[in-house]
Amino acid sequence: MRVLILLARRDLVQGWRSAGLWLPVAFLLLVASLYPFAVGPDAALLSRTGGGMLWIAALLAALLPVDRLIAPDREAGILDQIAVRGIGEEMVVLARLAAHWLGFGPPLMLAVLPAAALLRLDGAQVAMLEAGLLIGTPALAALGLLVATLTAGLRSSGALAGLLALPLAVPILIFGAGTLGDGSGAALKLLGASSLLLVAITPFAGGAAIRAGRDQGGF
Amino acid sequence: MTVPSEAALLSLLDLSCMRGGRLLFRHITLSLCAGEAAALHGPNGVGKSSLLRVCAGLLPPFAGAVERSGTVALADDRLALDMDTALLPALAFWAQLDGTPRVAVEGAIEAMALSKLIDLPVRMLSTGQRKRAAIARVIASRAPIWLLDEPTNGLDQSSLTLLANAVTDHLAKGGCVLAASHQALPFAVSETIALAPLAVDDACAS
Repeated sequence: MRVLILLARRDLVQGWRSAGLWLPVAFLLLVASLYPFAVGPDAALLSRTGGGMLWIAALLAALLPVDRLIAPDREAGILDQIAVRGIGEEMVVLARLAAHWLGFGPPLMLAVLPAAALLRLDGAQVAMLEAGLLIGTPALAALGLLVATLTAGLRSSGALAGLLALPLAVPILIFGAGTLGDGSGAALKLLGASSLLLVAITPFAGGAAIRAGRDQGGF
Repeated sequence: MTVPSEAALLSLLDLSCMRGGRLLFRHITLSLCAGEAAALHGPNGVGKSSLLRVCAGLLPPFAGAVERSGTVALADDRLALDMDTALLPALAFWAQLDGTPRVAVEGAIEAMALSKLIDLPVRMLSTGQRKRAAIARVIASRAPIWLLDEPTNGLDQSSLTLLANAVTDHLAKGGCVLAASHQALPFAVSETIALAPLAVDDACAS
């Protein structure tokens, strides 16, 4: 537990320094302000489609920090130094997942408030959007991290990360955007299920990916 | 093949290493007890760093085994310190992970004559200073087994003396050192392994 907190604290500080925290927020706000220019200032249309648009923006924003999540630490030898200390890669990924979500989820949820105002979403929609993001952002953070562990050390990893992550993100998008038009709460439950699944497998799959990538290192 | 004694901190048993489909070295046997240092010599690309990584548990051996009793500290060619962090907190992070007290970090910084640099961001350090910082991390870890990859690279004469003193001190406290270098090491070693490139048919025959 002590190790987990130490690792997560460092990851959070590094995330803050690399400006990785503000990039998704700025991206989401940019998309929200550009969208009315593209579809026209029709308030009814904006409020009907704006929620889904914000889900797409959140999904794409999750891909922005992918190349900074694992690759720099791998190249700097930090992951190796942690491994030499007998700390499992699963622990490294779990700590990074916690830190990455903290730096990604809550800021994104805050950014949704002004974005929703720009798109003329009503109060009930905003509440549903925030609830969906609270449940869905851990999945988006986990997915970004998982793809980062898989692509670390590869050339043009950014493009590859997008290709890998987007198909996997489809369920999150369907259930996430589905919560907006669904009164029964079923979409919210399915979103929660896919979120739990991604968060649960990421430490193990990501840890295995880091271990497998170590053998391929240029030494 | 020598049989490793019970007290060995680090034993390599008939170790072979394969990298990228190429056999780098084979049948390496070594046993390091408390207070012993070994040098690993050989030309570039012969597998010195790989051998150290196998010893550290970062690479699986192709054949043979590595036995360690005690924790390992590795200083390889990558600094593994956060570039924008000041030197002291950057070193302290690893000491916290190791669970060693603050005085261990301060002692290590003093031993490597880095006291004047502790407030500088790591990216401002010169090559030699970075190497000293990496050695300081090894000292601060208080691990009994030190694996040093080219520890003399970039060090000036007075830094070489600091390194020699640190290693001598570590050996006196009951540690052991395995250092890979293509240069002469500034401290006495009890054993030397000379790695040589394997001939092509040799490598294929195994």
